Amino acid sequence: MSELDVSEELTTDLLVRFLRSEAGKFGFDRVVCGLSGGVDSAVSVGLAARAFGPENVLGVMMPYRTSNPSSEADARVVAEAVGITTRKVDISEMADGYLKEPEVTDRMRRGNVMARCRMIILYDLSVEWRGLVLGTSNKTEILLGYSTQWGDSASALNPLGDLYKHQVFQLARHLDLPSEVIEKAPSADLFEGQTDEDELGFSYEEVDRLLVKMIDERWTEEELVADGFELGFVRLVANRIAANQYKRLPPIIAKLGPRSVTHDFRYLRSWGH
Amino acid sequence: MDCQIHLAQLEPTLGNLDANLAMHAEAASDAASQGADCVLFSELSLTGYFLKDQTSDVALRRGEGPLERLAELSKEISIAAGFIERGEDGQLYNAYGFWEDGELLGVHRKVHLVTYGMFEEHRDVGAGCEFAPIESKHGRFSVLTCEDAWHMQGPMLAFHAGADALLIPSASPARGVLTGSDGLGSVQTWERLLSSWALLTQTWVCHINRVGFEDGIGFGGGTRVIDPFGESAGALEGLDAGTLSARIDSATLDRARVALPLRRDERAWILARELSQRAEAGGWEGRGE
Repeated sequence: MSELDVSEELTTDLLVRFLRSEAGKFGFDRVVCGLSGGVDSAVSVGLAARAFGPENVLGVMMPYRTSNPSSEADARVVAEAVGITTRKVDISEMADGYLKEPEVTDRMRRGNVMARCRMIILYDLSVEWRGLVLGTSNKTEILLGYSTQWGDSASALNPLGDLYKHQVFQLARHLDLPSEVIEKAPSADLFEGQTDEDELGFSYEEVDRLLVKMIDERWTEEELVADGFELGFVRLVANRIAANQYKRLPPIIAKLGPRSVTHDFRYLRSWGH
Repeated sequence: MDCQIHLAQLEPTLGNLDANLAMHAEAASDAASQGADCVLFSELSLTGYFLKDQTSDVALRRGEGPLERLAELSKEISIAAGFIERGEDGQLYNAYGFWEDGELLGVHRKVHLVTYGMFEEHRDVGAGCEFAPIESKHGRFSVLTCEDAWHMQGPMLAFHAGADALLIPSASPARGVLTGSDGLGSVQTWERLLSSWALLTQTWVCHINRVGFEDGIGFGGGTRVIDPFGESAGALEGLDAGTLSARIDSATLDRARVALPLRRDERAWILARELSQRAEAGGWEGRGE
């Protein structure tokens, strides 16, 4: 039992209704989702299968030539357990077409290109499948900016965006998803041996405990330190959140006229639907 | 007072007056056919909630088409519904009207607009400045639109006005899913608040919320009726649209007020004296509307 635990039935009910309602407004009852073999995409498709029926969910596996083969194997286990349709699109040729000449060697740049190739494929398949692109970014990674802008962060509908990683794991167990994806160390699998927690420099459990107090409950730095968090960790996370705000917002538009998009032209997406 | 009320917990379509009016007509007709005297809808039931720049597009003057339709329907059953009013002063208001026997009996303009967190009401509408009870043939009703119920003055004025029931329409978002609570945190908070007002004002309390989503924000339902002892007289559980039927009567009011003579022992003149002294001393200077 953790202070981060959500009521699983209630949260699942709310998210399933959310998916049906928001997709339904635009005439959709199908979704397409990148299936990485990780816990986030497993929960997203698990919720979508409940919302729309598994036959209306397309899970797309998009390995690069250096991807760990176990990721695809885990993705297939998830797809089978949830009962969704799958498709495999190898992005090696697509990504290498750009990465080879002149060769891009920087790991982060290569990872970003791969993430954006996958985005291109999902948005294209969304037309063929006649379904919305389903997001898999959780609240922890959105706040930390641990994603590729216009890459894995791109989607039409994201049921996980207000769930911390701890809560995603909780829902994974509740939805009875395969233990393979729940027990392994989370990884973006953009290079060999990568794990999220190594790259971030702290554990999800640790940062989730901090984030809920810092963001949801608005604790001050002094209060967090008094509660036992290390000052350096608190500042590292706070700086990361602020520095990545740009990833969470649309591009900056220079205001010139009386009503400017993103500034004072205020309508919900369902406007006119 | 002896009134069979139907509380319609529905899912309005944002900005679509025609669709929402049809939904009201159907619910009113259903309620009338089931013998109800009165049907109550949620805050902004005719328009949807997060209107933002659509607010002006869906604003209605009193007597305008869709409101006339509600007046027409009220020949069969009394109707209370929410809409954006374009006032005679040209301002827009978050309004809740009450129609009966073909007439508009009254309109409550939301006084306490919510402009914090996810809410931006004061960007789009002006604030009302009175709590006038509605004199229906079924009883004396005081309307407190959502946030109005979070401030003491509305319920207190209803108490002094001798209201039989507080009608509390809302468009309250669903929040709070942490373990350890029995249902949505937001719904439980409302339940405590409503029960407190019923107990303190010794009136029937009718809370009408909505369901559905607007851009990812869900509305939490929890429509309920509470008796003047503060006890539940019926509630809708879960997040489905539905109708709650309840009987509200004077006999229960009388029993509650005899058992606990709060009205007899109220010392309103002390409050009036203290408030007027503070007003004269400039206690609210700069805070006026």
